Amino acid sequence: MRNIWTICSKELRSYFVSPIAYLLLTMFALIFGFFFWNALGYFVIAGLEMQLRGQNFPMNVNEQIIRPLLSNASVVGLFFIPMITMRLFAEEKRSGTIELLATSPVCDIEIIVGKWLAAMILYACLLFFTALNFAFLFLYGHPDWKPLAVGYLGLLLQAGTLLALGTFISTLTKNQIIAGAATFGVCLLLWVLEWTSGYESATWAHVLAYLSVITHFESFAKGVIELKDVIFYLSGIFLGLFFTARSMESMRWRS
Amino acid sequence: MIIVKDVTKRYARAVAVDHISFSVAKGQIVGFLGPNGAGKTTTMRILTCFLSPSAGTASVAGFDILEQPFEVKKRIGYLPETPPLYPEMETAEYLRFVGKLKGLSGADLEKRVNYVCERCFVADVRNKLLGKLSKGYRQRVGLAQAIIHNPDVLILDEPTAGLDPKQINETRDLIKGLAGDHTIILSTHILPEVEQTCEQVLIINKGKLVATDSVRNLQARARDAETLLLEVAAREGQPDPLLVQQKLEGIPGVSRVLCTDSKDSGLIFEVQSQKGQLVRGDLARAVVASGWDLCELRPAARSLEEIFLQLTGSEAPQS
Repeated sequence: MRNIWTICSKELRSYFVSPIAYLLLTMFALIFGFFFWNALGYFVIAGLEMQLRGQNFPMNVNEQIIRPLLSNASVVGLFFIPMITMRLFAEEKRSGTIELLATSPVCDIEIIVGKWLAAMILYACLLFFTALNFAFLFLYGHPDWKPLAVGYLGLLLQAGTLLALGTFISTLTKNQIIAGAATFGVCLLLWVLEWTSGYESATWAHVLAYLSVITHFESFAKGVIELKDVIFYLSGIFLGLFFTARSMESMRWRS
Repeated sequence: MIIVKDVTKRYARAVAVDHISFSVAKGQIVGFLGPNGAGKTTTMRILTCFLSPSAGTASVAGFDILEQPFEVKKRIGYLPETPPLYPEMETAEYLRFVGKLKGLSGADLEKRVNYVCERCFVADVRNKLLGKLSKGYRQRVGLAQAIIHNPDVLILDEPTAGLDPKQINETRDLIKGLAGDHTIILSTHILPEVEQTCEQVLIINKGKLVATDSVRNLQARARDAETLLLEVAAREGQPDPLLVQQKLEGIPGVSRVLCTDSKDSGLIFEVQSQKGQLVRGDLARAVVASGWDLCELRPAARSLEEIFLQLTGSEAPQS
């Protein structure tokens, strides 16, 4: 446990002493801020139109701002995840510091969880900026906080799965660009798998759509915790970390 | 302290280490010598549990590297070929991180960090970024990192590679200073380094161990017949080389005399004696009795380099 924290804090430090963390935070804040501004603008105009037409259709901040924005955040997150995970192992392999970690009395799994946890914390920092935007809604309106909290839980779980896969991909190469590109490909694929269900109703399409990380996020965005989705993400995290451990183990045999 | 039994490491296309067996006693400094690509690094990586052997086994401080890698790792300090430094960390911070990984904590950790900083002469760069350090300092931080948990065994992969001559000397002295407390295996392809720092040599070539012996025995082994170097001078001018040669050849036990060089006032002869014959006294007397001056008389010990070349039959190593 102590070792996990040692590794994790070292990783966090290298994120935050290099420009990586600040670059990602800035970009994410900008992009999400833009989404937020748009969503809010649309909401305000729609509200005005309702009033002008004298309709009394109920407007709901949760349904009309928070829910789509959470879905947006989950998609934008997909693009940031490769940038968070690509260096985790690839950099250590390239610079040779992996030899230090692998010859220290630390379990592989402690190294892996430490690194993954650091990636999770950085991702949580990104999400913090979305929370800053949502804070305005609470200042001027009365949205329900519970669906929002569930949404964040979903975002973290979804990111956990993708970060674990990214960590795994990072162990496969010495080259950060390759790790990043491959992770990006996998993230994108896991997103678009869902599209098959739009036109095809055969079983295989359902299976493919079920594998999509986005499908399982929808209920979280609604504010509903579904056990099957939680289990999907948790098993994704487990699978990713398990592959990472096997990959590290195989380094001892191949190298 | 270290026992290696029949260790083999095969890669996809090549055998890097081929049935190597050796053992190292506690407190010894052992030089691991071989041309580039001979399998030194692979062997060291196996000992540090970074790689697993394809066959055979080894034990460090009584713990098997396959059965109890955790215990082995606790007792080993390892400096890989390129020091495993994180460029974005400061020296002291890095040493603290490594110390924590090796299981140190609290006041003990601080004490060890201070100690290794002093010991490896990196105290003056404590608060500098590792990425900004010169090669010499990086190497020393690498050493400091290896000894931070006071391991029984130190494994150093080419600890002086890429350093300038002054740094090489400093590093050698540092390593010598560490012997006694630690059992040290150091790999190198630089021969004088082994002659100067190590007690025992393991010569490896193409994955096979070709010699294990003490440095002195190896040198003696190569010296089948004694060769002496002799500088002869005259009071006025140079002595006649032919005359001297005749005189020396007349001494019983001398098999061959060659005039190899001449200085302003003296001539240098290489004298080979037959095995087991002690001719030094006779040589000295003969020179002096003939009215010449004997300026120098010393055995021309064959350097380890020649032995090395003879054993590995390879291209000349760098020196």
